[in-house]
Amino acid sequence: MVSLEIKRKKMIHKYQYKDQSIVLDINSGAIHVVGDIIYDILDHYKERAAEEIYEILGSKYSRADLEEAMTDIAYLEENGMLYADDSQVTMDMLEGRGAVIKAMCLHVAHDCNMTCKYCFGDKGAFEGVRSLLSLETGKKAIDFLLQHSGSRRNLEIDFFGGEPLMNFEVVKALVSYGREAENSYGKNIRFTITTNGLLLDDAKAAYINENMDNVILSIDGRPQVNDNMRRTVNDKGTYDIITNNYLKFVEKRKGTYYVRGTFTRENLDFSEDVKHLVDQGFKNVSVEPVVTDPSMSYALLEEDRDRICEEYDRLTDLYLAYAKEGRKFEFFHYNVDLNQGPCVVKRVSGCGAGTEYVAVSPEGDIYPCHQFVGNPEFKLGNLNAGEFKNSWYDTFNRAHIYNKEKCRTCWAKFYCSGGCHANAYNMNNDIMKPYELGCDLEKKRIECAIAIKAILAADEETEIK
Amino acid sequence: MKNIKTIAKPTLKNTASKGCGECQTSCQSACKTSCTVANQECENTRRR
Repeated sequence: MVSLEIKRKKMIHKYQYKDQSIVLDINSGAIHVVGDIIYDILDHYKERAAEEIYEILGSKYSRADLEEAMTDIAYLEENGMLYADDSQVTMDMLEGRGAVIKAMCLHVAHDCNMTCKYCFGDKGAFEGVRSLLSLETGKKAIDFLLQHSGSRRNLEIDFFGGEPLMNFEVVKALVSYGREAENSYGKNIRFTITTNGLLLDDAKAAYINENMDNVILSIDGRPQVNDNMRRTVNDKGTYDIITNNYLKFVEKRKGTYYVRGTFTRENLDFSEDVKHLVDQGFKNVSVEPVVTDPSMSYALLEEDRDRICEEYDRLTDLYLAYAKEGRKFEFFHYNVDLNQGPCVVKRVSGCGAGTEYVAVSPEGDIYPCHQFVGNPEFKLGNLNAGEFKNSWYDTFNRAHIYNKEKCRTCWAKFYCSGGCHANAYNMNNDIMKPYELGCDLEKKRIECAIAIKAILAADEETEIK
Repeated sequence: MKNIKTIAKPTLKNTASKGCGECQTSCQSACKTSCTVANQECENTRRR
């Protein structure tokens, strides 16, 4: 077995975005915007002696400037801001967090009033029969979460589907039940709902606004793009109905919300969809790459990688242009907080699927996450039968960035935490082998997110001067 | 340092002793099909 000590590596990642040269120190989290001379020296710094570097770069920079730059780099290194080690990550952080469940994706409806072409949930049925969660099973799910939450105070339940608004009376009853139950356990449950918006009338909107900590509103963007994928069971477009419902909803929304779309091979110009959504008045937007069987006509393929990365550049330009015009919006994957952000424990814990996060089907079946629902191999138990044995716990608990070969040496490991287990399993039949195209796109998004911070910081500095 | 502007401090070292586990699970936010943790909030800096 390879010891953890051998796996550790001092790493930097450097890239250029427009006129910004950016250097990330992976293990410390420090980020520097550097001049050309530093950027060039770092190509050689760890591999060559100083005299060799002076010789290689002597035709481009003066000796005095090179020596000064080398001194600056050494200063950063000595002060833990460049080539830092990752001794802060302990085995206890990686594998000793304990079998505590704090978050649940509660499938209140395995039925849907849409037939989205790309749905990973089998148009709502999740490879099973169409069904709605009963109040009785829902209460058992909440009890299960409370009983398995150990010392965690803040718990999460996402009402998911299918379409959860098709079973809204049960949703409301479960919120009431959860509010009572959390008190007796001394917990705080945060409720979230993910909806396709078709049934989002004023009464439901008012209730959701009052009771849900976060709301995810599904829409893909431009009318023709949305209606290409997101259609009613009668094969009609949904854009007009849901946009109207969403705009009324967000106008009164007090808490967090995201409009969330999926882009496919059929709208690789997805920055136009983000722009469209922002121009309609939505301030918080998430548009994500579809993950599906590569044989589907709309599936993203390896050959689309460069085109998609160019589109993230366009989205970055859009983000910056709107920010400078005073029309700032949030793009979910660009929300990287450089001042603090999540702690290192969070960054090595990953999504928590199969360890601290589970999904529950309307039949009360328990799975490691919503994307495994319906796959009998991953069934962990059943609430109505009173059975729960997390036979996958060790596998998921050990599926962290130091055990995944590709993640170990990847500069993005503390930003993505190893990626989505379900994507890895669905694409490579192995949760230890990340979905490569997904990794490449994630890295691109992180580069864009950090470049935005660098450019906005440079602009602020210019304004101050 | 005229050629280096640090825009993010070495926060991963600073937060090594934390890990309360109270923050939001990433897939409960707005993704459901991919995973990013760096865009999540620290519970200790979030106000309910």
